[in-house]
Amino acid sequence: MPDNKTLRDMHYEMIRIRLFEETIQKVYFEGKTPAFDIAAGTVPGEMHLSAGQEPVAVGVAAHLRPSDAVTATHRPHHIALAHGMDIRKLAAEIFGKETGLGHGKGGHMHLFDPATNFGCSGIIAEGMPTAVGHALAFKKQGKDDIAVSFFGEGAANQGAFHESLNLAALWQLGVVFVCEDNAWAISVPKDKATAIANNSDRAAAYGIPGVLVPDNDPIAIYEAAGEAVSRARRGGGPSLIEVKTDRLFGHFEGDAQAYRTKEELALLQERDAIRAFERRLIESADLTASDAQNAWTRARAEVDEAIDFARSSPYPEPSAALQHVFA
Amino acid sequence: MAIETKRLLTTSKAISEGIAQEMERDPSVFVMGEDIGTYGGIFGATEGLLAKFGPDRVMDTPISETAFIGAAVGAAISGMRPIAELMFVDFFGVCMDQIYNHMAKIHYESGGNVKVPMVVTTAIGGGYGDGAQHSQTLYGMFAHLPGMKIVVPSTPYDAKGLMIAAIRDDNPVVYMFHKGIMGLGWMTPNPRATAHVPEEPYTIPIGKADVKREGRDLTIVTVSLMVHRALDAADDLATEGIEAEVLDLRSLVPLDREAIIASVMKTHRILVVDEDYRSFGMSGEVITTVIEGAFDHLDAPPVRLAYPDVPIPYSRPLEDFCLPSRDKIAAAARQLMGR
Repeated sequence: MPDNKTLRDMHYEMIRIRLFEETIQKVYFEGKTPAFDIAAGTVPGEMHLSAGQEPVAVGVAAHLRPSDAVTATHRPHHIALAHGMDIRKLAAEIFGKETGLGHGKGGHMHLFDPATNFGCSGIIAEGMPTAVGHALAFKKQGKDDIAVSFFGEGAANQGAFHESLNLAALWQLGVVFVCEDNAWAISVPKDKATAIANNSDRAAAYGIPGVLVPDNDPIAIYEAAGEAVSRARRGGGPSLIEVKTDRLFGHFEGDAQAYRTKEELALLQERDAIRAFERRLIESADLTASDAQNAWTRARAEVDEAIDFARSSPYPEPSAALQHVFA
Repeated sequence: MAIETKRLLTTSKAISEGIAQEMERDPSVFVMGEDIGTYGGIFGATEGLLAKFGPDRVMDTPISETAFIGAAVGAAISGMRPIAELMFVDFFGVCMDQIYNHMAKIHYESGGNVKVPMVVTTAIGGGYGDGAQHSQTLYGMFAHLPGMKIVVPSTPYDAKGLMIAAIRDDNPVVYMFHKGIMGLGWMTPNPRATAHVPEEPYTIPIGKADVKREGRDLTIVTVSLMVHRALDAADDLATEGIEAEVLDLRSLVPLDREAIIASVMKTHRILVVDEDYRSFGMSGEVITTVIEGAFDHLDAPPVRLAYPDVPIPYSRPLEDFCLPSRDKIAAAARQLMGR
């Protein structure tokens, strides 16, 4: 069980992520109405938001330090923020600004942060081999840093998933593989794409522990991750964790989600993990109602400040597009 | 009078010596790939490394190119200098995402904040009946994609110096060695694949072409095994009074455009010899460089002798028909000279 400080930190972090995602959603549609044009507005391109998946990010990240490597996916904001990425640099990168993490060269699916050893890949499952490599480097360097690779349930049918698990298991590397099962690979439900119900069962194929977290519950995730992280840190090899989480928004913004029923979407809102967690902390007296309110207010201010920073930052010089191909 | 004895090495031994010297100098250098340990690499590029450095630094991998090349990317970001061998370049299809979407782009996407210092070594080339999936060169395709340096050595001396430079480079480098330059006992002997290589470590700057033979009448621009073929053809041409200059590009990225233009300004004629597919590749890029930079200095339209735009056929007469050769190069040179 996480201690009180950890619980409160996780609560705050989930709120901060949620408000960030909701704000980016609003910003994203600036200039894109009434006729949706993906290239128009403040933030162009695809936008994959993570509302609903905050518990996975915070439950795992609570065990990590900045030198631990984290690789994420096309839906990376919750993981990036939970692992400590500077929220202003993240916002500015999404806005394509000079002050962004990659000076506007990466965008929201391609975030790389040396300060938190964070990287992501817009290609399904292809962040996983990199995580194996980070862990390999740490082993060679005699460090007890570990690597965590987040991926969706759709990624578990890619070759990179299997190659990475096999290699990490073969070399007994300190990697925690975290499958965020949000039930949907864009529009294809898990049971139409995956021959078995739980990807955690696939761990057996590589002789490593596989843990299923059946609820989108930050404490259950925290506990499963704690065990996997400490195993990895002490040289006990990789683990696979699968969390049944919720994707509250569309695959990308502008996705009409015709493939999901109104009932499903309403149910997801109803069981929103942040509200449930907050109620639980108040009931257990880990948090007062006014603490909770303060957390929302503080997070709101932090997010707004980051968005203002991004909005007021300059764009890069156009010709800077030609820089940084090579070191 | 003292007789100077020069140490001779095959290209494969020159490469493995370069790797070994860097591994001795820098503990962050390690090698991984399929059959690179006990076997020493199918083409000998890692021979002797396992015995010298042990399995922690010379790591045989499963047949999982995506996983181990991706692992090299991650390890490079976290402070190591990996060398990952892709046994045949033709196998790029199972791991190109890691090579191109990750290895080559992360530095750019990070706005220069994240470096990926690693080397992918890979065997290229045909001429020995290995068919369409084990005989391609493909350097033009790799060179087309921004973010990786592309090294294509031709001689033992260059191979060692370019390997050391590739390992020390802070960028990803794809180091493409032709099977026919390696000096392997089980391939048709190539007398130029064994030559003097200094014992001490040295580097050759990546991006500098080398005049392998001086000449006044035409410039033959090429790389890798075709350098050897071009030198043979130049010997033949010399007996007819045609002096060909042979320019070995040695790397395609960066491309030494100045050296190409300088040579053409001297000879006023250019023949590009390319074992890669003819269209959209090295031959077109080199000729465009000349058109853009030395058009007024040309005495004749540029000529290219490249692999036709067909998959590599298996049967010997079919493959021989497609491959540039000593005789075909000489004939193309004569055509260029109007003879």
